[in-house]
Amino acid sequence: MGRFIVRRLILAIPVLIGVSIIAFLILHLSPGDPAELLAGDEATQADIQMIREKFGLDQPLTTQYFRFIKGIATGELISMKYEVPVMEIVGKRLKNTLILSSVAIAISVIVGIMAGILSAVHRYSWIDYVATVVALLGVSMPVFWWGLLMILLFSVNLMWLPSGGMGGFRHMIMPAIALGTASAGIIARMTRSSMLDVLQQDYITTAVAKGLRQKLVVYRHALRNALIPTVTVIGLQFGYMLAGAVLTESVFSWPGIGRLIVDSIMGRDYPVVQTALLIIALIFVLANLVVDVLYALLDPRIRYND
Amino acid sequence: MTNTTTNTKKKNISHLSIIWRRLSRSKTAIIGLFIVGLYVLTAIFGPYLAPHDPIAQDLSKTFLAPSAQHLMGCDEFGRDIFSRIIHGARVSLIIQFNSVVIALVIGIALGAMGGYFGGLVDEIIMRLMDVMLAFPGMLLALAIVAMLGPNLTNLIVAIGIYSVPQFARVTRGAVISVKKNEYVTAAKAIGESDFSIITRYVLPNALSPIIVQTTLRMATVLLTAAGLGFLGLGVQPPTPEWGTMLSGARMYLRTAPFVAFFPGLAIMLVVLGFNFFGDGLQDALNPRLKE
Repeated sequence: MGRFIVRRLILAIPVLIGVSIIAFLILHLSPGDPAELLAGDEATQADIQMIREKFGLDQPLTTQYFRFIKGIATGELISMKYEVPVMEIVGKRLKNTLILSSVAIAISVIVGIMAGILSAVHRYSWIDYVATVVALLGVSMPVFWWGLLMILLFSVNLMWLPSGGMGGFRHMIMPAIALGTASAGIIARMTRSSMLDVLQQDYITTAVAKGLRQKLVVYRHALRNALIPTVTVIGLQFGYMLAGAVLTESVFSWPGIGRLIVDSIMGRDYPVVQTALLIIALIFVLANLVVDVLYALLDPRIRYND
Repeated sequence: MTNTTTNTKKKNISHLSIIWRRLSRSKTAIIGLFIVGLYVLTAIFGPYLAPHDPIAQDLSKTFLAPSAQHLMGCDEFGRDIFSRIIHGARVSLIIQFNSVVIALVIGIALGAMGGYFGGLVDEIIMRLMDVMLAFPGMLLALAIVAMLGPNLTNLIVAIGIYSVPQFARVTRGAVISVKKNEYVTAAKAIGESDFSIITRYVLPNALSPIIVQTTLRMATVLLTAAGLGFLGLGVQPPTPEWGTMLSGARMYLRTAPFVAFFPGLAIMLVVLGFNFFGDGLQDALNPRLKE
């Protein structure tokens, strides 16, 4: 197992180098001079040149790339707009997004697994039918529309919850539900199908034939094995949430990393966008690794011996 | 010769009828097919039937509530929302169709090459795909649009590129399983070129997962395009794109909630249609499921 983890970590290195090159190039190949944009309309050529020199924008691309990597590693990379270390801004915003995503994933795991189990146990009943349709609705609903509908009902009409911003627990309810809905749908469908697979296996028939109570069979014998594929999905969903939060944060004015990326793209704040993209990709790659390891730990049939 | 052609045709027809029989057994798949069909028809013919000009402003009709004259009401510029939704279907289908075609062409080429040749070619292609997949969700599309600048063409290119890895992976998997068949070895033995083997023998037999992926991807692509539109990075106003319409409407949620309601409903229905249909196709095309 140790060798497997080390091997996966080594394989992640070229991917991360590739990611850093893409994150770096994407903005540098874009039209529009960031120095001009930052300097404003009334700036002179000298002002623009000064900004270029200050942020190294007059250097060759390769020099700028290594400067970017070194800046991230040492924490010295500076935001072009706020002129403070990028890590400071990105770190704060990432924390906010992680808080939101954690609550959202908790909601989606609880709701999704419960719905999936109910669906599988009562297959082809009205419960299964309703759960399946609701799960598909959840997956198909644009998160920004769902968010706006909730604001309309709970903030504008009923005045129960704040419509945006970050504050106490009440500020978190709607954005977390909005962000978690699609994942809940995906988790429910995954749990249902793997639960159905497991329920058809011989050892379950044996358990039922032994006269065990249905609840015991479902929760003790079947669920454990049925949850293995679900764990994979949950891990991946967490990564998607970090990126998907862009829209939720925009609807609920949540000061997270997604909004930071969009704002920084608009303002051509290269270092912030590049660092944020790189960090999200890094978390996503690590989340995938954790999922693979968990998979091996949970299912003794899977062994990574190579 | 003629006999063989007729036989092949008959075989194809009976194969299609089996798929149709399986598909039609699923209620949700039929609902999905109906929604998708209606959407495509609306996109093609709708603009000729729309009751009003989708761009013409009439400030005397600002936020007019839904009525017989304006089925979905009017927006902040007094434009008929129903007509904008109908025209928006065409914009959405153009984005979906073109970006999926871009992804299909590049993805199938890369996936087929990787799966067929294996070795170093495969390794390089798949690592490149890994790098693209390391940007979760719509992040890559967002970054590409940011690079190219927001407009319809760039949106299509961005979404197309970000969908490439999905098709490359599915094609690669399918090609690897197909190339083990004896008819491929036989074709190699009689000296057919790699290109001819891939296009004539391998790909046609690897089509099922690609078709399913295409249908499901149409749903994802629509959500991504609408999401980028909502962020102001998609199709620019006054072009009636559903996500962009929603973005403009959020400001008037208190005074005129219907302006935001209908574009979102349209997105959801179409995405649901593709998901229903894609799920049904997945079951219908799965050879493991017996009649």
